[in-house]
Formats: sequence, structure tokens, C-alpha cells
Amino acid sequence: MRSDLRAWLVSPAAFIALGITVSLLAVLQFSFRTFIPGSLDVGGLTLANFTGMGKSIYFDAFSNTLLLSIETTVFSLLVAYPLAYALVRVQSRALKSFILVVSITPLFLGEIVRTYSWIAVLGSNGFINGTLRALGLIDGPLTLMFTHVGVLVALVHVTIPVVVLMLATAISHINRDFEKAAQSLGAGPIKVFVTVTLPLSMPGILASITTSFAWTFSAFATPQMIGGGRVPTVSTLVYQLGFSSMNFPLAASLSVMGLLLTASALYALGFFTKRLKAIGGH
Amino acid sequence: MKIQSSLPLSMRIAGPMLIAVLLAFVLLPVVVVTIASFNAKAIISFPPESYSLNWFARVFTYPDFREGFRASMIITGWSSFLALVIGTGLAIAVKSLEFKGKQTLLAILHSPLVVPHFTLGLGLLILVSQTSVQRHYGIVILCHIMLVLPFVLRSVYVSMENLDARLEQAAASLGASPVKVLFTVTIPLLAPGLFGGWLFAAIMSFSEFTASLFVTTQATQTLPVAMYNYVREYADPTLAALSVVYIVVTATVLAFANYFLGLGKILNIEDNH
Repeated sequence: MRSDLRAWLVSPAAFIALGITVSLLAVLQFSFRTFIPGSLDVGGLTLANFTGMGKSIYFDAFSNTLLLSIETTVFSLLVAYPLAYALVRVQSRALKSFILVVSITPLFLGEIVRTYSWIAVLGSNGFINGTLRALGLIDGPLTLMFTHVGVLVALVHVTIPVVVLMLATAISHINRDFEKAAQSLGAGPIKVFVTVTLPLSMPGILASITTSFAWTFSAFATPQMIGGGRVPTVSTLVYQLGFSSMNFPLAASLSVMGLLLTASALYALGFFTKRLKAIGGH
Repeated sequence: MKIQSSLPLSMRIAGPMLIAVLLAFVLLPVVVVTIASFNAKAIISFPPESYSLNWFARVFTYPDFREGFRASMIITGWSSFLALVIGTGLAIAVKSLEFKGKQTLLAILHSPLVVPHFTLGLGLLILVSQTSVQRHYGIVILCHIMLVLPFVLRSVYVSMENLDARLEQAAASLGASPVKVLFTVTIPLLAPGLFGGWLFAAIMSFSEFTASLFVTTQATQTLPVAMYNYVREYADPTLAALSVVYIVVTATVLAFANYFLGLGKILNIEDNH
């Protein structure tokens, strides 16, 4: 009876896990195969996909993606922390609901709607240029589309909702007695925040860094549509190689490198977290 | 509240102003795209000189959008339902049973949170191209289940943490079988959390783009993929109009869910202390 129940509860999930594993193994396997132009078949084993990766086109894509991921993580934390803090601590229910719905709606719109909306803001006839021109501040349009900054702003907007949710979860689990204790011992509001609230929300901050880094690394539509090919990233390169050249092996090896990079970044983060805890003496 | 009232006046003003500016940043593209969607001109330009509803009419008549919507509904319906069933089953098993490879299984199932969507999409595409499997709905649904399952699991866990185990024990001590306890006590008590998980999964699946781009064909093209293809071909504000429809529907669903269920509770961000 019990083992029957167990099989029913666990096997479907095991099947999905198998699907994930096999998909990732397929990518790994293809990254070591020779590309046969004009065909979906692949040739024998080779290391050429990886040894050719020193070329500047690949190096640029990786360094640029890494830079974008780090910048996005930093800026989305700076924007999301105050929002999450207000979301948890605001007293009025109506205001709480308003902040919640506004900050999480973008999460559910998907990459296309969000990115397209940013094109309407950043384009040469878009909101920013239109407004500045109407105010007589500029003659020609500022170039905001197809730039690193343009892509960065849109990526930050993409990650804010999920970071707000993670930080809000962490902040809402902080026991308020700690803050009151610090206060009654004479700490000012800023000191209470920096020495009590912020450290206690660290789990949320670390979870946010992980997720925001991974999401930015994964983003495809935003760098493709706003960067327009002039802001190269790993995802846009994988798509080009996979769909324009049908070079699945090279696309696969870029994916493997990307995965290794993400994994080492997350490992480093975990390492620093442990060090931080050791120093803090917890 | 004591902590707030002890703040100096400048900080009591600066805080709300900062929040207002940040909310404005989040809302800016939404507002701009809404205004742009009523522009009579065939390009995005600001501010609009004349207004029209033409682009909204085109949204509902453009065949790829109608087909894409249909495909998205099929894929979202199946993947969110199956993810909910699979996720709930697993969450219950993880909580109450011991089995081999539990941690490994969970680690693999959560990996799509950090594995780029294009990598998973490419993997599935390679598998399909190497086997005789057709690139039909099944493969897209499988792909979406992989991507939304971690979110369903999180939501089910949160509501299971708040579940009073004594209610299950009481039912069992009165002679209910494990299956009966599951269906008459555990699942009804979990219902709000399950609904939240399902809603989350459904909206995520409906909007998923990157992996869908790899695994769909012309016949299974989802709405976001159809939208992406539209932007590459046309520069008119039709997509702005579609974005507005998307935003209005999504915000309404979220506001209703918040009103009736308390999103804060489902998302586990209520201030408990």
C-alpha cells in the first residue's frame, strides 16, 4: 500500500527530472561533435568547438554577458530592497496591495511585452527622446537603443519583481523583537537598519543574487531586441549559431561554457557566503 | 508605529518619495506602451499627434496572434495542470516519505531556476532532431512543465509548512487510510496554496519565450513567439496594443487573486511578527 502510494507520488516527478537530465546530456554530447554544414547530423568527436572559443567574438559575448549579469544584479538589488521593505512594513492594506501588484505585474508579462515596452521608451522617437525634444533640451535623438545601457535598464526592470518577492519573503520573516531590542538599547533608526534588519535579510539577498544572475544570463529577447546585434551576449550567439547556421555543436559548446560559468559564479557566491558566516561567528 | 514615528522628518518624507520614484520606474514602460498603442501613426512616436483604435482591431484579426493564442492556451492549460499534479505529489512524498535519491531528485528538478532557458530549449531541440519524435505539443508541454515546476513546488511547500499535522493524525487515528487522509484532509487544506501555485505556473507558462522559441514549430507557435516574429517584420504599434491587452488582463487577474486569496499569504510575504 505504502510503496504503491510512493510510486504514484514520485514517478511523474522522476520522469520530468529524467527529461531535464537527458536534455542537458544531449547538449553536453553535442558540444564534442563535429559540425556537418547543411545537415542536422553531426560527425565524430572533436575538441575544436572549445579550442576555437578564444576568438574575440566569443570572448566578447562572454565578458559582456558576465558584466551585464553583475551590473543587473547590483542595480536590481538597489531598486528592489526599498520596494520589498515598504511592501512588508507599510501599514495601510490598500497601499500594500498597490505596491505588491505594481512591483510583481512585470514578472507575469513575459520578456517580449516588457522588452517591447522599453523600445517605446528608449527608441529614437520614443518617450525619452520625444520628451527631451519637446522640452527643447536636444536637437537630434540620443542613442539609447542598441546600447549597453539600454539593455541594462531593461534587464534590471525584468529582474526587479522576482528580487522584490525574495527580499520581501526574507524581510517578513525577521523577528521584529530584535529591532525593538536594538532600539530600546539606544540605536537610531539607521543603525537598527544597518546592524539588525539588513544582516537578517541576508538569506533573501543571497537568493536574489543567484536568481538575478541566472535570469540575466538566460535572457534572450531583451539583448536581442534592444541590443539589435550590437550588444553581443551568449544567448544571442547560441540562437544565431543554432538557427541561422544550424551549427548545433558550436551552439551546444557555448551553452556548456555558459553553464560552467554560471555554476562557478554560484559556487563562488556560496563560498563567500560561508566565509561571511564564519567571520560573523554564526 | 514606534519605529517610524521616531524617524526625523526628512527621512519620513524621503522614504515615501524614494518608493514613489521606484514604482514610477517599474510603471514607466507600461504607461508609455499604453499611450503608444493609441497612436494613429504607423510608427512608435512620442507624443502621439492623433489617436486611433486601429491597432487594437489588428491585434484581434491578425491570424498568427489568434493561432498563437490558441496554441498558448493548450500548452499553458496542460503544463500548468500537470505541473501542479506532479509538484503536489512530490511535495507530499518529500514531506512524509523517505526514499532513495530524494535530494538528487529535488536538485535536478530545481535546476531550471539556474540553467539558462536557451540551454534547455537547445537540449530538447537536439533530442527531437536526433529521434523520430515529432516536434508537436507534447514536447512544448514537457518543456514548460520543467520550467514552471520549481515555482509550483515552492508554493506547495509554503502552504504545507502552515499545515497543522495534527489534523492529518486525527483523521488517521479515526481509521482513515493514507489515501483517504490525502484526499479528504491534506489536499483540501492545501487548496489556497495549490491555487496560487497553479496560477503562478499558468502565467509563467503563458509568457515563456526563450525556450519556446527553440521547441515550437509554425504549428505550435505560442503567442510570445508570434509576437517576437511580428516585431521582426513590422514596426507599427500593433504590438503595443497587444501589450496593453496583455497588461490589463494580467493586472486584473493579479488584483482579483490578491483581493480574494491574499497574494501576500500565497507568496509567503505577510509580516508575521
